[in-house]
Amino acid sequence: MKYEERLENVLVLGAAGKMGSGILLLTSMEMAELSLKPENKNKQYIIYALDVSQKALTGLMRYLQVQVVKAAEKKINKLRALYADRKDLIDNSEIIDQYVKDVMHIVRPVTTLESAYESHIIFEAASENPDLKIKLFSQINENSKVTPWFFTNTSSIPIGYLDKEAGLDGRILGVHFYNPPAVQKLVEVIKAEGSKPELSEFVSQYIKNLRKIEVPSYDFAGFIGNGHFMRDALYGMSLIDKLRKEEKLSFAEAVYIINKVSQEFMVRPMGIFQLIDYVGIDVCQFIMKVMKPYVKNENIHSPLLDLMMSKDVKGGQNFDGSQKDGFLKYEKGRPVAIFDIEKEAYVPIADLASKCDEKAGALPSGYTPWKALIADKNKDVKLRQYFDNMKACSCLGCKVALGYLKRSKEIGENLVKDKVAYKAEDVNTVLLTGFFHAYGPINDYI
Amino acid sequence: MKLRRKVYMVAGYNTISMGSGRKEFHPKKPRPGLEDYMKEAGQGVLKQIGGSHHVDECVVGNFIAARYNKQANLAGFFPFIDEGLKFKPCVRVEGACGTGALALATGIKSVLAETADVVLVIGVEVQNSVKAVYGADILAAAGWYKERKDGHAHFFPGKFSDRAGAYYARFGFEKTRQAMAIWFKNAIENARLCPTAQEYHNKVEDLMGLGLMRANPKAFVENLNVFDCSKVSDGASGIAIVSEEGLKKCGIPLSEAVEIKGLGMAEYDITKPPADPTKLETTAVAVKKAMDMAGISKEELATVECHDCFTIAGIMAVEAIGLAEHGNGADFIIEGHTARNGKIPFNTTGGLVGWGHPTGATGVHQAVTIWEQLTGKTGDAQINIPQDRPYGLSINMGGDDKTLVSIVYKKNI
Repeated sequence: MKYEERLENVLVLGAAGKMGSGILLLTSMEMAELSLKPENKNKQYIIYALDVSQKALTGLMRYLQVQVVKAAEKKINKLRALYADRKDLIDNSEIIDQYVKDVMHIVRPVTTLESAYESHIIFEAASENPDLKIKLFSQINENSKVTPWFFTNTSSIPIGYLDKEAGLDGRILGVHFYNPPAVQKLVEVIKAEGSKPELSEFVSQYIKNLRKIEVPSYDFAGFIGNGHFMRDALYGMSLIDKLRKEEKLSFAEAVYIINKVSQEFMVRPMGIFQLIDYVGIDVCQFIMKVMKPYVKNENIHSPLLDLMMSKDVKGGQNFDGSQKDGFLKYEKGRPVAIFDIEKEAYVPIADLASKCDEKAGALPSGYTPWKALIADKNKDVKLRQYFDNMKACSCLGCKVALGYLKRSKEIGENLVKDKVAYKAEDVNTVLLTGFFHAYGPINDYI
Repeated sequence: MKLRRKVYMVAGYNTISMGSGRKEFHPKKPRPGLEDYMKEAGQGVLKQIGGSHHVDECVVGNFIAARYNKQANLAGFFPFIDEGLKFKPCVRVEGACGTGALALATGIKSVLAETADVVLVIGVEVQNSVKAVYGADILAAAGWYKERKDGHAHFFPGKFSDRAGAYYARFGFEKTRQAMAIWFKNAIENARLCPTAQEYHNKVEDLMGLGLMRANPKAFVENLNVFDCSKVSDGASGIAIVSEEGLKKCGIPLSEAVEIKGLGMAEYDITKPPADPTKLETTAVAVKKAMDMAGISKEELATVECHDCFTIAGIMAVEAIGLAEHGNGADFIIEGHTARNGKIPFNTTGGLVGWGHPTGATGVHQAVTIWEQLTGKTGDAQINIPQDRPYGLSINMGGDDKTLVSIVYKKNI
């Protein structure tokens, strides 16, 4: 079956979720564009958007329409070529309207799994629960009228395990998009030992067509992205107790300093606690739970995340993309307060910033904010000089940052050594493109 | 042809050119409407000429508010600007991006026809009402509608990208791109000296780096980067066109006025492509007419406001004026002759690339800038006007070198 044929009937499981909706968006546009090719004019393209509630699906369809319009506006050059033979479509606005109709016409919002039984491809973006995924895969596989391929968006569960438990006979591949899929360029692709090679060929073509970057990962729990992020987060959280003890800081003060160091001193797009909130404290806890049994010589578990969850502080995002409160409290997307775990209340950043900033010390000379640095042609030279200045400084912020950078590098090197990543370059690509870091963790700056 | 009566311009006024780049601009927040810009510019002029009772006629230049703002019949806004304008003769004119100078020409002709001694002229456009991708549809109306289907998504950038491509092929890519980047740099640096300019707040250090950025045909056009293009702007400019009697009536001394010495207008068939895409042929015709009417040579010009809707149009304008031979315009710019400290400073408040391009207002803005320069009112952007070169020249272009108006102005010494 050719690429175009396989994409004639597709299902997205968990389509109304953050990841599912992005995958639905990208895939429905790819399918609509295939349908517009002269050779495919008589074919029927359908993508089922499956989720549990009608309410969620109503929201999904609204989201999808808005996002397709935005995408169409950006790729208007391509669309004008695609609709070149439609003499009735002259203005950009007419072409964009037609494209939105063509995409929306192939999407079928559904709540029953039976819809999946004729789909050749199942994109799965259900919650990160192995038992649920296995149940869904098994049911579809047993009832399907065709022989479907399964692409799971899991960010942590070994693909081989899902393959074996669901009895898929190698018709499964890890296709891990990053959040949000519509924007993030990176897709981690994970082959299980028994994954059929034709799935990889298809996915490579699909990722190329979406203009995304494919990075392969070994089939080891957490893969590269979470393999690095979870350990990085654990290190950040471990620093809280250390700083509280050594520097006589409150919980909120320690969180503030570590977040500041991991963002500004380390020139990252966001601090480690903001990133945990962005992903979701609940999601991080779940990923660690999945990874823990597979990682033999480390304890991939955070009692602090358990504690936060017990206090119902979960982070994550609302459906409109706004940030929920977690370690930090947010107003218009910006952190304004820090959670005090003992008082179970948020402390305004304004109340502790000056004391903590003084404690952390000034940024080393040569500092360039992350946003300016990523666009800087002399990024490498600037970073080298900046980190040399950091090494020569004895302030708390620099010391914490240097320790953090060394740990981040060690995590990256271990991912290669432990056969999670194929090579160091892949680790760096994941952090550069999936996490928008300005530099890869495996570097010689430190 | 000669002007048979003395005609002056006085009391220029520019609103801010609003759009991306200005700190006050936020695409999702409410902004002033068309009528607000007209009112600000109109009242700015009326204040300087002693009030609306001095005005005999009004002209508004606007390209296409009917589509950007769902508003036509713009002449009806003059009494809204000032009640004293009620029942005065008012007219709206249109010639795409050359609209502003067509409005000026209309005012000049009223004074020459002796139907008016004082004409209030306003140019206005409010374009940030739609995203640029849809604005491209609207602006495409400046070309022939039958070309739209096969034209580029970004229709006019596409037209001038084709011109740039032809120019690269004929005269060399490297030097042309270098000159285009210098044009951009000069535009931004000049705009930083003018508080109403859209790029007034621009703080970018490496302007040449931006100017030399490679074109991205997938996202935009083949031969231009986004910095080669004027931005989407909202704004209005106003000025009064007066006779000698008008000057007296308004109580304005001659030193505060510039005299119109030459007016050149020319039109090209909108259904035809340019005979030579590396030349602005109609521009050259209009400039020659204006210079001949003024009876001056290019060596007598102190400053030029040209229609640099795209940086490549700046290079071609230099050649159309005759300051450089065909193919040597880029060298002229690279040698620094168009910079504010050069032989003949161009676009001293940023031009279309730096000050902004509220399409229907641009021609009037050009006149206001030259009036300011020749009367010493340009503030930080003021250049030296040599005694022996008391002339300024403006070139306003509608469409792809289709509707042209060029004006020669003289400082009153």
